[in-house]
Amino acid sequence: MKALKAMFIAALVGASAAMTAYAEKLTIATVNNSDMIIMQELSSEFTKKTGHELNWVTLEENVLRQRVTTDIATGGGQFDIITIGAYEAPMWGKDGKLVPLSDMPASYDMDDVFPTVRDLLSHNGVIYALPFYAESSFTFYRKDLFANAGLTMPAEPNYRQFRAYAEALHDPESGVYGVCLRGKAGWGENMAYVTTMVNAFGGRWFDMNWRPQLDSPEWKEALTYYVDILNNFGPPGASSNGHNENRALFASGKCGMWVDATSAAGYIYNPSDSKVHDKTDFTRAPSARTDRGTGWAWAWALSIPKSSKKTDAAKQFLAWSTSKEYVDLVGERKGWTVAPPGTRKSTYNDNYYKAAPFARTVLNSIMAMDPTKSTLLPVPYTGVQFAAIPEFQSIGTQVGQFVAAAVAGQMSVDEALEKSQAATDRIMRQAGYY
Amino acid sequence: MKSNRVLLSILGWVIGFIIFFPILWMVMASLKTEIEAVATPPSFFFIPTLENYFVVQNRSDYLNYAWNSIVISVFATLLAILIAVPASYSFAFRPTKRTKFKLVWILSTKMMPPVGVLIPMYLFYKNMGLLDTHLGLILIYTLMNLPIVIWVLYTYFKDIPQEILEAAQMECDDLLKIFLYILLPLSKSAIFSTSLLSIVLIWNESFWSLNLTAFEAAPLTAFISSYSSPEGLFWAKLSAASTLAILPIMFLGWVTQKQMVKGLTLGAVK
Repeated sequence: MKALKAMFIAALVGASAAMTAYAEKLTIATVNNSDMIIMQELSSEFTKKTGHELNWVTLEENVLRQRVTTDIATGGGQFDIITIGAYEAPMWGKDGKLVPLSDMPASYDMDDVFPTVRDLLSHNGVIYALPFYAESSFTFYRKDLFANAGLTMPAEPNYRQFRAYAEALHDPESGVYGVCLRGKAGWGENMAYVTTMVNAFGGRWFDMNWRPQLDSPEWKEALTYYVDILNNFGPPGASSNGHNENRALFASGKCGMWVDATSAAGYIYNPSDSKVHDKTDFTRAPSARTDRGTGWAWAWALSIPKSSKKTDAAKQFLAWSTSKEYVDLVGERKGWTVAPPGTRKSTYNDNYYKAAPFARTVLNSIMAMDPTKSTLLPVPYTGVQFAAIPEFQSIGTQVGQFVAAAVAGQMSVDEALEKSQAATDRIMRQAGYY
Repeated sequence: MKSNRVLLSILGWVIGFIIFFPILWMVMASLKTEIEAVATPPSFFFIPTLENYFVVQNRSDYLNYAWNSIVISVFATLLAILIAVPASYSFAFRPTKRTKFKLVWILSTKMMPPVGVLIPMYLFYKNMGLLDTHLGLILIYTLMNLPIVIWVLYTYFKDIPQEILEAAQMECDDLLKIFLYILLPLSKSAIFSTSLLSIVLIWNESFWSLNLTAFEAAPLTAFISSYSSPEGLFWAKLSAASTLAILPIMFLGWVTQKQMVKGLTLGAVK
């Protein structure tokens, strides 16, 4: 009996030692948005399940990007898990900076992840980041204002109709502006939207020889339209309005239409955040000469830098936080309207459709995105609202400043495009593209 | 004459209010709900809530960030003062023909944008094991503030009459004793106010703290940054986090305002 007791105690001590040795402390760099905050709140479930503890480094998007880029470039090894987007994942995967994630266990059910989203985060068929949520862009519009004006929003509007609606809804004296669009300079701000508009008008960033095309008639037509509609039917100071400012304007009932991220639909639909939760409807982003690349393609995803020494534990966290079970957990604990959208087929179940009437339009927009065919004319790059090359951040930032200056009336459309073309040409030459 | 004083007083209050307004606005926003914080036109009268403070405390370990800020700013300031006092003494009382050049050279290091040396510094810190450590930030903040601290102390030391030191040197040739018993009592206020200035500068610095720390040594600037977002409206929570971040330094400034003003204006009026 004594021997049995001793064996039992020894087994317990051994098991506890093994558990302690296995439990890791993972450092996660993540972006500050509602979905990631929910993940942080629910992560105690992961710790309970695995014993791994988590240190959260939550940063503003631009700071996160700079911080993570520095760490990746120098192999700093400060983070075990990083939050990256569809822009970084294929580039850093190609450069061997990230741990490949194609060997996830069968229980993860990789086939349940939308193929388009998998492609966004892959290079040569190898996935380097697991999607946490995915988004496209679409049109938010006020169905009450449309009804009052005797208008009907079509399922697939074009930019000619879009301008006519903006004009009809524009009533600044009553505090309603026809349209709210991103105007704040930045490759992820105004240029995300402007690029989808240029795609719609048949334009592209580069030709097949990597020569910039910003002096093309398509860019001029798109930018002239954009400056005109914002200045005539947009809110005052539109050149300083980014996603957040427009989100606040739309939620407080100041915009007739807004083209922006599908992921904002949950916020607009939430009665505690939005005054127009019951007056808003959604439809596809407008098209013009083509409907290719009119809605952007983006995913926030979790990845493991090669410099991490805790790859196994990090993979466990990735598998948990991007799983079907996690989506269910969010749905049950926080409500289905805030479940991470756009990544898994299984998310789009009856519960979700019932709680989130915008879900079908979001799904359609996400299914329509194709980063490999985002332009009318052939291009050497992938990406819808960006060109997936390392130089694009710098190009997009500079061009974004010229475009914002054109909206603010500090320069003409021609001048903005001329300067944008020259700046892009200089960067591409310096980078050795031609 | 009296009406002039009243006018000046009113003008002073108005300017004071304008300077204080952003802080008042931030505190007000921190007591609103998110939807009230972004409302246009903004509301001045509302039912205050402490919810944002509870959310911020639940999400982040405020005390850990505050402790890191205190440790880093105090020790970096002490180290900077320890180096700057003898350096400034030497520049002020034992000048050579290269003193001016050296002073300008020291100050010129402040003119380089920090991002220009980010990658080499990061690699250096990585190889030395200084990333995300208190020591790492203390060292960089000491170096960063040294030019300002040296210049402020040098300007003050230069205003001390040379004759006092010469008289002391006739009585005693021990430099340390002269420094401890003559110079230090004379420059107590200057050293104190320079230290406060250094602490404030370190408290507010965000570039290096965001780039060289992750979790263990992250100060309050990293804490604030975690509530800023280009996608998602967290202005009320951001305001609550900012209010919590500036509270300790505002309290320090309020308690020591007399010494700070006295030290900063020493030698300004002759």
